[in-house]
Amino acid sequence: MNVIVCVKQIPDPALPGELDSDNTLKRDGKLILDESDSYGVEMALQLVDNAGGGEVTLVSMAPNDETSGLRTALAMGAAKAVLVSDPALAGADALTTAKVLAGAVGKAGEYDLVIAGTESSDGYTGTVPEQIAEVLGVPSVTFAKSIAVDGGSLNVERQTEAGYDEVTCPTPALVSVTAGVVEPRYPSFKGIMAAKSKPVDTVTAADLGVDSVSWAQSITAVDDAPPREAGEIVEDEGEAYEKIVAFLDELKVI
Amino acid sequence: MAIDNIWVFSQVADGAATSGTLELLTKARSLGGSVTAFVAGSVGGAAGELGDHGAAKIYETGDLGGALPGAAVSSAMQAVIDGGDSPDLVMFPQNYEGRDVMSRLSVKLDRTVLTNSTDVSVDGDSVSVVTPIFGGTKMVTSTFTGEAPYLAAFRPKSFEVEGGAGAAGEVAAAPVPDLGSTAGATVTAVHVEETSGPKLDEADIVVAGGRGLGESEKFDMVEELSKALKGAPGASRAIVDAGWVPYSYQVGQTGKVVKPTVYIAAGISGATQHMVGMKGSKNIIAINKDSEAPIFGVADLGIVGDVHKVLPQLLEALQSRG
Ligand SMILES: Cc1cc2nc3c(=O)[nH]c(=O)nc-3n(C[C@H](O)[C@H](O)[C@H](O)COP(=O)(O)OP(=O)(O)OC[C@H]3O[C@@H](n4cnc5c(N)ncnc54)[C@H](O)[C@@H]3O)c2cc1C
Ligand SMILES: Nc1ncnc2c1ncn2[C@@H]1O[C@H](COP(=O)(O)O)[C@@H](O)[C@H]1O
Repeated sequence: MNVIVCVKQIPDPALPGELDSDNTLKRDGKLILDESDSYGVEMALQLVDNAGGGEVTLVSMAPNDETSGLRTALAMGAAKAVLVSDPALAGADALTTAKVLAGAVGKAGEYDLVIAGTESSDGYTGTVPEQIAEVLGVPSVTFAKSIAVDGGSLNVERQTEAGYDEVTCPTPALVSVTAGVVEPRYPSFKGIMAAKSKPVDTVTAADLGVDSVSWAQSITAVDDAPPREAGEIVEDEGEAYEKIVAFLDELKVI
Repeated sequence: MAIDNIWVFSQVADGAATSGTLELLTKARSLGGSVTAFVAGSVGGAAGELGDHGAAKIYETGDLGGALPGAAVSSAMQAVIDGGDSPDLVMFPQNYEGRDVMSRLSVKLDRTVLTNSTDVSVDGDSVSVVTPIFGGTKMVTSTFTGEAPYLAAFRPKSFEVEGGAGAAGEVAAAPVPDLGSTAGATVTAVHVEETSGPKLDEADIVVAGGRGLGESEKFDMVEELSKALKGAPGASRAIVDAGWVPYSYQVGQTGKVVKPTVYIAAGISGATQHMVGMKGSKNIIAINKDSEAPIFGVADLGIVGDVHKVLPQLLEALQSRG
């Protein structure tokens, strides 16, 4: 079974976010593997393991030929990667991103399944996976908690607002997976060494036949949100609960 | 061209329109133009309600037969557009179904999408949306620059619900065409987690717990306190991911958006992705042992203290009042 995983490389979310002069997110520092996508990588590795054959290929779009996040996923066990890096794609909208990634999926070879995260940590449009599926012309299941392969179809548990649904879906298909559903493995030392020599095919949008790289939206203003009025902060000396009771009393909710 | 024809992606559950649908219809009708509700599924008895909130016209796909809505409903929308009724703006809720349908439609029509928005405005031919970023500390205004239809998704509870628009809309069928190679994703079984008490996103009081509770069993304190306050228990993603509570408890960017009268955050740090789900609460009480925790930045009452001390005392005080 061949699985392709879309992995985004993002600025470290532990650092405070900043806007560039053109009001898009700053992405010029070192990038890391988006944690949201580490679950998909883990799930793909498990599926290929269980199938007893095939490989996991990564696709990513990132500026400046950035591969550090890809190397992390290669060290986990993915076999190879296609990286789209193209200055023309800086600030690309979700639709353009999806067209480019679908092109990269085509370049990555035959697949049974494409996996993506439900939403990225820095962009969180949550639309890219389903857009990729539409460009590829395949069925899709979003918000998957688990994926099992059953011949030519998938059995997916799809999270819902009230619980979960069981969904079947023929392959090839795209599935987006939610965070926290599997425990992403830590790359071993051997894995890290091996990842250094795994192939990363770096291409531009034009190489993939995506030539209309423009998007029909522009940021027209960035304003500070009105600050919330500062509240009262008290140190608990054993009686702070009384403050809460009095506060609730005043609101007449108790 | 003005923004004359506005569609709202609409959902009907148990015979009633969802609150998200009514929020978007109410907003759509304030933008001028005529409003159409595009129902994913059958409108059933909800036509009157949709009409009263602004829908002059209603399209219904009819029962989807278990098909996931992404491919199905977007194809039904495209068929109507190809048939000559083309919207200027399509408003979607930023939920599972809305997001999937919008994504597919964006590729079919080759149109950009704007997501996670909390407001929309129309100025002549131009449509702009407002999106909070960095945990709601900055508001970004984005404008569509290409040709309509413009596709935008809005966070739950961005708009008030107001009826009184008038009579039920005229209902037309918008059947799902053959989906070709995108067909086949089908729901075979539905599992609903039983909960008692008010629903998390409708409750007047929400008591939410986070990793600061220390261990799974301690979430009982949160459950009991919410029960004593006749509210609903909620959670940060950290403890949902850890498996302490089901996903349906999650508040935040990937969970529910809540705006209760009182939100009590116990042992929650206040990550930006959590804050976008609760910042709109009318009153926020935070209990955290770290006086530097970001949650205190939005708290009306902040208690710097240990949840294992404060919560039991609070519970006891409330219970002794009867
Ligand atoms: C794409 C994406 C989407 C996300 N969506 C969501 C979402 O929808 N909802 C969400 O909540 N998060 C979401 N997150 C995760 C978010 O970034 C945080 O990791 C999460 O909210 C942290 O949960 P927490 O506050 O419980 O844990 P922590 O951040 O670990 O905070 C625990 C807090 O408890 C305090 N504490 C510890 N012990 C005690 C004690 N004894 N008494 C009192 N206080 C104590 C600590 O001081 C600390 O502030 C998302 C992240 C990403 C990347
Ligand atoms: N630039 C990118 N490179 C690779 N995958 C991406 C990229 N952008 C989005 N994705 C995939 O799409 C998912 C959802 O992202 P988003 O739509 O930005 O919330 C991510 O978790 C990734 O799997």
